[in-house]
Amino acid sequence: MSKVIVVTSGKGGVGKTTTSANVATGLALLGYRTVAIDFDVGLRNLDLVMGCERRVVYDFVNVIKKEASLRQAVIRDKRVENLFILPASQTRDKDALDVEGVGRVIEDFRAAQFDYIICDSPAGIERGALMAMYFADEAIVVTNPEVSSVRDSDRVLGLLDAKTRKVETGERVKTHLLLTRYAPGRVAKGEMLGYADVLELLGIPLLGVIPESKAVLQASNLGTPVILDPTADAAQAYLDVVARFVGEERPQRFLDVPKRGFFSRLFGEPTAYAG
Amino acid sequence: MRGRTMALFDFFRRSEPTSASMAKDRLQIIVTRERAVTSGTPDYLARLKQELLEVISKYEKVDLDRVSVNLERNHGFDVLELNIVLADDSPPMPLPRPRAALSAPRS
Repeated sequence: MSKVIVVTSGKGGVGKTTTSANVATGLALLGYRTVAIDFDVGLRNLDLVMGCERRVVYDFVNVIKKEASLRQAVIRDKRVENLFILPASQTRDKDALDVEGVGRVIEDFRAAQFDYIICDSPAGIERGALMAMYFADEAIVVTNPEVSSVRDSDRVLGLLDAKTRKVETGERVKTHLLLTRYAPGRVAKGEMLGYADVLELLGIPLLGVIPESKAVLQASNLGTPVILDPTADAAQAYLDVVARFVGEERPQRFLDVPKRGFFSRLFGEPTAYAG
Repeated sequence: MRGRTMALFDFFRRSEPTSASMAKDRLQIIVTRERAVTSGTPDYLARLKQELLEVISKYEKVDLDRVSVNLERNHGFDVLELNIVLADDSPPMPLPRPRAALSAPRS
């Protein structure tokens, strides 16, 4: 039974595409047959983050318009088995996505025995974003600990409760919060919203926290999802997220400032951090 | 000595909220308000408006476009606000902003 997961946020630039790439890669690493679909028609990015931009021939809109078959358009990842990408088109208009077309593609992936279908949503709450969430069974809401991102996430949660097929059939889309670009040091200083505050505001379960990390930018520079470099903190965080997603229990990490080393504890200051 | 100055420093610091706590407060207000708006007004409002119009139009000429029914959610209670502007050709009469407010404890 395939599961359709939308990665969404409302606000742009919070890490939807990074998360889609890493969660899809992580699920494939666990052996699940996984495809990531880029719904950002006009601004294709997922292929670039996943490093397959030069292999794009046909795209999502070609498939919807029946100009290409799914088999022709889907790109098989060269590094990870079981991982596939359906890129967005770069030039077509946003109205190219419709419920019938998207539904057909999702059904085709289900029929092709995919375990996970990851829908990388565009920013905003327009058609592309609504199409990305419409068929979702579960949603990963990507949020930065920052006011506009939290507010937009709340809007998106409202849409997930109203504008999806699950809701039409009397069910609910299962939602997960993923906090990205989290800087525990700044939270400790009172400069950044803490995870507990965001959780309280949004009221959905926490899937994980991805620390602000240089490795994420480096990974997208190279077109290699950060999760493939297990030495990076963000990779560890994404590995945890994927494990939790498939039902494994793992304690949350990266919530607090890293513990002080032996020497600084020995000569430690009276207060760890003020404020 | 050092410990004491730190404590003093902390004392002054605490009296001033951090920017993160201000962010949380602002978000709590805006998110609550927006949920009330986007979760929609109850679906009986349209019917209520229609039925009220039927009653009032028995006695007065009512301009259909100039009737508004609003539900406002304040802390702890909801206010149902009803604004009816009578049609222009009705006899001029002082209209002290016709306004009926029903307050009911929020469920």
